[in-house]
Amino acid sequence: MKLVSINKEDFYAGAEKLYNSYKLYIPVKQEDNSYAFKNSDKIDINNLTFLNTRLSPKSLVFPQTEKMFSYTTDTNSEDCNIIKPINKENLKQAILGIRPCDSASFGIVEKNFDTEEYKDPFWINSYKATTFIGLACDNPDSTCFCTTANSGPFDEKGLDILLITSGDSFIGKILTKKGEEAAKIAGWTTEAPADSVSAIEKQKKEAESKISSSISTDKIKDKDTLELYNASFWEEEAFACINCGTCAYVCPTCWCFDIQDEISDKKGIRMRNWDSCMFPLFTLHGSGHNPRDLKYQRARQRFMHKLKYYQDKYQSGIQCVGCGRCIRLCPVNIDIRRICDIMNS
Amino acid sequence: MAEYISKIQEISKKILQDGKVDIVIGFSDGSLPMASRPCFIKSPEDTGKLIFDGNCGINLANYLTGKKEKIGIIAKGCDSRNIAQLIVENKIKREQLFIIGVPCFKMIDKRKTSLLFEEEITQVTESDDKIIVKGKNKEKTFNREDMLQENCITCMHRNPVIYDELAGELIKESDQKAEYEDVKKIEAMSSEDRWNHFSEMLSACVRCYACRDACPLCYCPTCFVDESSPQWVGKSADNQIDVKTFHILRAFHCAGRCTDCGACEKACPMGIKVRKFTRKLNSDAMRHYEWEAGLTTDKRPLLDNFRVNDYQDFIK
Repeated sequence: MKLVSINKEDFYAGAEKLYNSYKLYIPVKQEDNSYAFKNSDKIDINNLTFLNTRLSPKSLVFPQTEKMFSYTTDTNSEDCNIIKPINKENLKQAILGIRPCDSASFGIVEKNFDTEEYKDPFWINSYKATTFIGLACDNPDSTCFCTTANSGPFDEKGLDILLITSGDSFIGKILTKKGEEAAKIAGWTTEAPADSVSAIEKQKKEAESKISSSISTDKIKDKDTLELYNASFWEEEAFACINCGTCAYVCPTCWCFDIQDEISDKKGIRMRNWDSCMFPLFTLHGSGHNPRDLKYQRARQRFMHKLKYYQDKYQSGIQCVGCGRCIRLCPVNIDIRRICDIMNS
Repeated sequence: MAEYISKIQEISKKILQDGKVDIVIGFSDGSLPMASRPCFIKSPEDTGKLIFDGNCGINLANYLTGKKEKIGIIAKGCDSRNIAQLIVENKIKREQLFIIGVPCFKMIDKRKTSLLFEEEITQVTESDDKIIVKGKNKEKTFNREDMLQENCITCMHRNPVIYDELAGELIKESDQKAEYEDVKKIEAMSSEDRWNHFSEMLSACVRCYACRDACPLCYCPTCFVDESSPQWVGKSADNQIDVKTFHILRAFHCAGRCTDCGACEKACPMGIKVRKFTRKLNSDAMRHYEWEAGLTTDKRPLLDNFRVNDYQDFIK
């Protein structure tokens, strides 16, 4: 691990160089003051105090719609009804300014897309082609609970470089080979002063102390699955839920998708689209039977998956990084912290 | 506001105790500033959980469709109009309901407030004409009037249109005529500009369907976008034609039924102004048929009714 000093000019020049070598995504302020990752090099240091982007950056590796195969139904074509992979060129991309919670989320999602048994080439190739240049959080929100959900404001999981704000400059913590390469391209090579390590440690402690909300999941792990599933609180707690896909779509760790064929004229595309366990169609059987027919059953699924099934299956914590997006954006104020408390009590 | 809350709690307790209803649907305190959570109360002892303030903009009529039990429900003007609409559309029976009417003091726009405050809001206190917003580092007082949801600004029906008991005195309604200036602006655009305007507006849509799911009118057992055999609408987020088809068709399904409660816009995580579509239809319903949805349970809905004096110049 190497520490580098990056002053304001170096930072801007570095962003430009990264833009020329990678497909660079940076957080850009939108008209309504929200932030979104956009392909640009016009990064503004003054905007880097943003809390987080409205949507998580998961779509940069796992797009909402991914075209996987194409085919033709034209009987005059020799390729008629033959399904062919769409060879996507995975250009090298870099995400500059990703928050630590979001980069930690990729490790959680990886457990689903990259296993001994199954390897999802679309996700894996895209993930491998991505360099993650994170930005430590100095001012978390009251809805952030990352420190009790697999992450933290200075968490390094999944990152290649961690940038730490220091006045109007940065200290860069080069964490991986990919990070070394990106730092070299960006020209971020000035060694940081010796006291940086202790300064970062102090800053990290300060940021962590600002995380005001937390969850406990220890007891959920040992609870009987069926008992939790059949608990009487679900109906009441999920009553407000309107079963929209907001929580799943803004979540960095929700990975479910649906495969669809779309044909226009005789040209067909097989694609996969994000899906959500909140939608009735998610579990609707061909017979017409729906094992999750009721609204509360669908809401229960989301929390059971994140907080119980994931823990049981992978033995590595919950499927959540505490970014707080679902809390901030749920139209009816269903708060995962509250549900978690009830499940854990 | 405090009087409203105590009255809501008192009525709810009474109707639960007397066995008039099995549950009361209302709002409970939210976990964030400017949030409330729809809830149901079964026991008279729990009625203390019920709250009411300027953050109760979600339309509770949305929780009624298909319910079999006897229900007490808190209803602002718009909620009550949607309840009337659901009764006319046979989605709930009047006899099943005990409507606790709340003359509405208009709801606060969370987004507008956050945009003007520019840092995390930790506390919001409301009074009749002011809201005091607190953050970690500052405090600001806003005129309540400047922070209202857009649909509330033009609202003509703050008083519940049907109710069994009121939680507050009826309010004097606005005597201004609905002008639909916002609609006129879009109507004045060339068709190309209008298409571009809507395209840009909908480009942020992530197809979470929160607008549909928050809408009390959208109770179809299977929404047309979810039909799979045959499939009517493509599901990708890339195909903007499909995204537009969803929004425009959904709006048309609300023609003559929409009460402009604003739940769709409030629910949208991307802040898309989806009311632009339904406002146009409401404006047409008013202009051509002098119709406003959900004002009574005595009339058939606009589009399943024919009158000889209907506007029909469009038939060529």
